Amino acid sequence: MAEEKRLMKGNEAIGEAAIRAGCRAYFGYPITPQNELTAYMARHMLDLKRTFIQAESEVSAINMVFGAASTGARSMTSSSSPGISLKQEGISYACGADVPCVIVNVARSGPGLGGISPSQGDYFQSTRGGGHGDYYTFVLAPKSVQEAADLTYLAFDLADKWRVPVLILADGLIGQMMEGVVFPKERDPSSLPAKPWATGNQYKTHRPINHVTSLNLMPLELEAQNNRRFERYAEIAKSEVRYEEMNVDKAELILVAYGSSSRISLGAIQAAKALGIELGLFRPISLWPFPAKRMAELAAKGKRFLVVEMSKGQMVEDVRLAVNGKSPVDFYGRCGGVIPTEEEVLAEARRVLGK
Amino acid sequence: MELAYGHPKSLKPIQTKYCPGCGHGVIHRLICEVIDELGLQERSIITNPVGCSIWADLYFDFDSVQPPHGRTPAAATGVKRMLPDHLVVCYQGDGDLAAIGTAEIIHAANRGEKFTTIFVNNAIYGMTGGQMAPTTLVGQKATTAPNGRDPGEAGMGYPIRVCELLGQLEGTKYLARGAVNNAVNVRKTKQYIKKAFEAQMRGEGFTMVEILSQCPTNWGLEPGAAVEWLEKNLIPFYQLGEIKDKLDGAAAPVKEAGK
Ligand SMILES: Cc1ncc(C[n+]2csc(CCOP(=O)(O)OP(=O)(O)O)c2C)c(N)n1
Ligand code: SF4
Ligand SMILES: [Mg+2]
Repeated sequence: MAEEKRLMKGNEAIGEAAIRAGCRAYFGYPITPQNELTAYMARHMLDLKRTFIQAESEVSAINMVFGAASTGARSMTSSSSPGISLKQEGISYACGADVPCVIVNVARSGPGLGGISPSQGDYFQSTRGGGHGDYYTFVLAPKSVQEAADLTYLAFDLADKWRVPVLILADGLIGQMMEGVVFPKERDPSSLPAKPWATGNQYKTHRPINHVTSLNLMPLELEAQNNRRFERYAEIAKSEVRYEEMNVDKAELILVAYGSSSRISLGAIQAAKALGIELGLFRPISLWPFPAKRMAELAAKGKRFLVVEMSKGQMVEDVRLAVNGKSPVDFYGRCGGVIPTEEEVLAEARRVLGK
Repeated sequence: MELAYGHPKSLKPIQTKYCPGCGHGVIHRLICEVIDELGLQERSIITNPVGCSIWADLYFDFDSVQPPHGRTPAAATGVKRMLPDHLVVCYQGDGDLAAIGTAEIIHAANRGEKFTTIFVNNAIYGMTGGQMAPTTLVGQKATTAPNGRDPGEAGMGYPIRVCELLGQLEGTKYLARGAVNNAVNVRKTKQYIKKAFEAQMRGEGFTMVEILSQCPTNWGLEPGAAVEWLEKNLIPFYQLGEIKDKLDGAAAPVKEAGK
């Protein structure tokens, strides 16, 4: 598959990017608003003689990923918020056993069954581990169909490089909207990193046996194991932070938003400019690792922030931690699947600035 | 002179942590003997259960994967789909398979996943200290059924015959029930395991060997008495033998098991 441009839904673009990244196994369970992704994988993975299974539940799907990925195969599952809650046990095991894999959350509104409209209410779950135990997963938040494809492609590399699960946190807007998207060419399977820790094929090399496990009943050993993982996390925090910023130097107020809410914020920034108000945008792309250092630098320059989310205020906590009281941090959010308008965001920015 | 009996190569030469009289150790040995006979040590992967045999990866001298409690058939599905030329052994206890993991086993079996489940039925939760299992007999005592399993007033349900349940699914090709209470049944059980592993390597559908196994500790019995209890109580309820054999491969049926 060569590089090519297509007009596609976000859900399908994620699927196509995964296939081009060398995803050999996909396991899913129907849930709105990500069904196009599962259907896309069914069509294309089966055609390519790769593995596609419609699992009996999200619980099974993530454990199929765990099994497939434990053999070193690039593996993925996708779901939406309630289904992602069910996957948390499996994600915790994958973290504990250092099994790389990719999980896509095309988030909807909650809690509970909630609604099927877009939401950013899963930020805490995504960035705080989500399941039991001490761990993190990468969290990448696309703002467009193009970025959904790019980050999915990247996710497989990050997962393999760091031996951690990578979560793509999109939402129903990104999943459902159609945009032009350029796909990179397909990864050559022989270019993928070796996985000497994986199970299987021992007969080819006669290597020592491999165990893929999170179990360790010796507290000191388990602590050491967790510490080693946290050393990797520290490296990740140094080298894998991703964000975008716009007009932050001139800005009187910096809007902080990710994914869909960053696009709305961008509209508000343009509308403000017409009124002679300089707003900036700071858009975290990696929600974990969070771009805390850069936010602290901006705060030290005296910049103040307005965090815009489609939630009751979750990322705002990370912003406040990063800013550490050095400058004011305000919040504007809508939840329950309500999408804030540019006008609302602009009005809030003007209120904060007293203009 | 031919060696008539020795320690299987695939089983590490270390003492297990299992209680005296526990069936898990015997079952481990049978699995390893068959793997050695089939020459599959370096082509085998065990997916461990969460139960007393959580220790399995300490003892088996081949690759292993440790999924969450009950999710083993889903993980084994992932492993086997990626490595179809490997022997994948999905080892599960009765709590693991027939309670928390019911959905996973039913659907893996129904898809005809081509791994072999070794289902160790000791009619109790061993690891967590003797709670009622889905396979606990009516009247059998457990810490969570102190007066015995009571399907009536206490609403504790009935013991589940897993082979018979799975036998209704078209994806299942070979389902046998053995026991490790005496030498005859141990040998029969080994034949079932061998037949299942061979069928797996031929790429036939889902295969499972259920094994009635002693848990003296949580049955509150001495090892010898535990064997007698199994013979008097478990075997009459859980019929031994090949419950379903739809294998295409012309393997001869294994002769009926003893008591
Ligand atoms: C999600 C989860 N729930 C509960 C447990 C606790 N637990 C560990 S083993 C076990 C039951 C094991 O019983 P069985 O499968 O019959 O295996 P046995 O020990 O009898 O061989 C339970 C409930 C757990 N580890 N994980
Ligand atoms: S508790 Fe029962 S199943 Fe567990 S090791 Fe002891 S005898 Fe075996
Ligand atoms: Mg048990």
